[in-house]
Amino acid sequence: MTGAPLLEVSDLRVTFTTPDGPVQAVCGLDFHIAAGETLGIVGESGSGKSQSLLAILGLLADNGSASGRAVFDGNDLMQMPPAQLAAIRGAGIGMVFQDPMTALNPFMTIGAQMSLVLRRHEDLARGAARRRCVEALESVSITDPERRLAMYPHELSGGMRQRVMIASALSCRPRLLIADEPTTALDVTVQAQILELLDTVTREQGTALILITHDLGVVAGSCDRVLVMQNGELRDRGDIDDVFYQPQHEYTRKLLAAVPRVDNAVERGQADGEQLLAVDDLRVAFRMNRTTLFGPRPVLRAVDGIDLQLRAGETLGVVGESGCGKSTLARAILRLVEVSDGRVAMLGRDLLQLSGDALRDARRDLQVVFQDPLASLNPRMTVRDIIAEPLQNFGGPLTAADITERVGKMLTRVGLEAAQMNRYPHEFSGGQCQRIGIARALIIDPRLVICDEPVSALDVSVQAGIIRLLMDLQEELGLALIFIAHDLAVVRQISHRVMVMYLGRAVESAASRALYEQPRHPYTRALLDAVPVPDPRVERGRRRALLTGEPPSPLDPPSGCTFRGRCAWAEEACAAARPELEPVGKSLVACRRAAEI
Amino acid sequence: MDSQTAVRSLWSDAWVVLRRNRAAIVALVFLVVLTLLVLVGPLLSPWAFDFTDWDNVSAPPELASGHIFGTDSLGRDLFVRTLYGGRISLLVGAVATLVSLLIGITYGAIAGYAGGRVDQVMMRIVDILYALPFMFLVILLMVLFGRNILLIFVAIGAINWLDMARIVRGQAMSLRRKEFVDAARAGGTRPGRIIRRHIVPNLLGVVVVYATLTVPQVILVESFLSFLGLGVQEPMTSWGALVHEGAQEMENAPWMLLFPATFLAATLFCFNFLGDGLRDALDPRDRSQ
Repeated sequence: MTGAPLLEVSDLRVTFTTPDGPVQAVCGLDFHIAAGETLGIVGESGSGKSQSLLAILGLLADNGSASGRAVFDGNDLMQMPPAQLAAIRGAGIGMVFQDPMTALNPFMTIGAQMSLVLRRHEDLARGAARRRCVEALESVSITDPERRLAMYPHELSGGMRQRVMIASALSCRPRLLIADEPTTALDVTVQAQILELLDTVTREQGTALILITHDLGVVAGSCDRVLVMQNGELRDRGDIDDVFYQPQHEYTRKLLAAVPRVDNAVERGQADGEQLLAVDDLRVAFRMNRTTLFGPRPVLRAVDGIDLQLRAGETLGVVGESGCGKSTLARAILRLVEVSDGRVAMLGRDLLQLSGDALRDARRDLQVVFQDPLASLNPRMTVRDIIAEPLQNFGGPLTAADITERVGKMLTRVGLEAAQMNRYPHEFSGGQCQRIGIARALIIDPRLVICDEPVSALDVSVQAGIIRLLMDLQEELGLALIFIAHDLAVVRQISHRVMVMYLGRAVESAASRALYEQPRHPYTRALLDAVPVPDPRVERGRRRALLTGEPPSPLDPPSGCTFRGRCAWAEEACAAARPELEPVGKSLVACRRAAEI
Repeated sequence: MDSQTAVRSLWSDAWVVLRRNRAAIVALVFLVVLTLLVLVGPLLSPWAFDFTDWDNVSAPPELASGHIFGTDSLGRDLFVRTLYGGRISLLVGAVATLVSLLIGITYGAIAGYAGGRVDQVMMRIVDILYALPFMFLVILLMVLFGRNILLIFVAIGAINWLDMARIVRGQAMSLRRKEFVDAARAGGTRPGRIIRRHIVPNLLGVVVVYATLTVPQVILVESFLSFLGLGVQEPMTSWGALVHEGAQEMENAPWMLLFPATFLAATLFCFNFLGDGLRDALDPRDRSQ
């Protein structure tokens, strides 16, 4: 620790009054942070990690109240009149929020929003404020800042918006920056860029940083000290190494054990069941709206020629960043979107040729689990009715008692209680809702279940339970799984084989072990490089080859290899022809130079 | 334990929640009492709705004469007339709203869920119907079929379902993209059932609120038609017609405006409270406890 603390918080308590009585969100939190230091606050949802900092800044919701002391720079923030506190927010303490889209006003240009902050705190003239904005944008490596200032938030990509947020938060040179889940809404490669950026700018300006996150990997790579919170209480605190290597509290140990690690070899071997699904040159193209009155309608090729095979009892992981077409691929196989071309053969029968009742019959073998556990359950139906629906569609004539019995059994199988079947989805937690979604998928004994990001909305400790459940069910029922995720660590845990997608195409496909231990495609390497590992020593020792930029628009993909704009190995010939998947070693790779890499 | 194992349905649960909402229950009780009153009340009065009491023309409310609401400029008892007017107004409000709900929800949900070309064709038909002048339609119906209170229901219902269909279609379009609808499709649920079980229950909240706004609107449209001489015919009356008459006599016989207007306003008020309560009750997520 260096010097006197910049912010010292003692006995912070936050209480919310709800119709069901008072709820303690934070119960007696103490911490401090020195100038220039980086402090991580880790916890799962509902741990009170965000609320405690909102309380310090006087930004609690109306039904919240806080007590305790928070001394910033000699003044107690908790006792400060609102006007004075408002002056400190922005000028003394900057904030960056999770979702850069909702944190920016969609009706104001970037420049207008940024200069608003500056002019509020520093009383600058218009021109001076504008110059400062340009400087701020330059400091977060945004190219062409003059032009960006005139743009609206929706014209920027997610990563770019988060850069703008950081620039704006740092524009008044605050001494403390609070970043609340700043990278959770972003892809891994962009996350790595933003974390790197936070690290550099805070170091350059000597700003202290409080990084609130649920991701232990993020903390491991970027913090000096860390606090672990659960249910509003502090569970563990200390230097980063101490907490990671000698956790004091039971909860910290459990949390560390639950995090899947991308560098952790889990052997799932090979599945040797019968061939179940064969997808051949699948294409999905969406016609977009015209951009001019009589112009052509642009075509978005979301899935652009995918082949895959799957055996009974096998898991195929599909990985890629947002917008790479992995969800569209799932929907296309399920025939939930119109397929433009290709073949999807389930047990030799081409699903794309079917319609009406024949298609309905075929769906029996093919089920799906969605990403958002709550959104995938009809809020107006009871859990019993939700799970029973596929059964009523396919199960033939069943009495109400039969249905209740089978739903009850299924609920027990997925780790819930049969007595809970008459409740509504909103009465369950996210993890429980996901179990309900799995129960619904499995009640008609399908052969193949497509899981579209089934755990990405869940806390780590809950994630582990769902993954375990899926793997158990797979063993027991000989299910084939297509597991779609952006989290490479989770995919490694569950998959036999993995396919990496980029802009609607497969760039690499290999057995899980081969892919993780010897990635062949430059994109796969970059992805693996960008995943933070929850191990401070590993993180410090790593030299990242960061990907620059973000994926190009699928409306207007570059010629030849679509990845060449971000690729370190790209050369002129890459622009000429699009590489096809070809065997290199044990993998299938779509790269001209795969053999050299 | 009982409440956990008994099979629950959307409606029985909604009723449980609604019972806890004081404003909605008061409104519901008022509406029920009012309905009974307009049905039974006239039977208890010594006067018929079209009887002229020559001794009491434009008489103020008075217990002694038995005209507790007073009489109008033709000496007819205002109490009986207000109740008779209530029959017509409530009937028009209820029937026309039901008709528009039924057609509007079915039409809008199908168009919204189907999407694409089906939606285009269905909504263009709605646009064309919108373009027909309402008054022209009513007059045409009157000329063809003669004066009939049923025609008013038909005419109002035929116009009102268009708004409902548009609202429902918009809601259905956004619901169609929800994951639970995809899950139902993947689970082999047929389109008709998806609309009935997944789309319609989830748009009821909006529909109920809109329906409670429709009832007052329909009652007002009816009074407008009556004013033009296209609605109910003297000596039969409705609240709208009574308010219109009362407004003309406002200065020398204020009770002629006051009583029907109070009934009309209180009824509209209650419909709004009830609609509010129903919207909350139909959304399981809002249920406290």
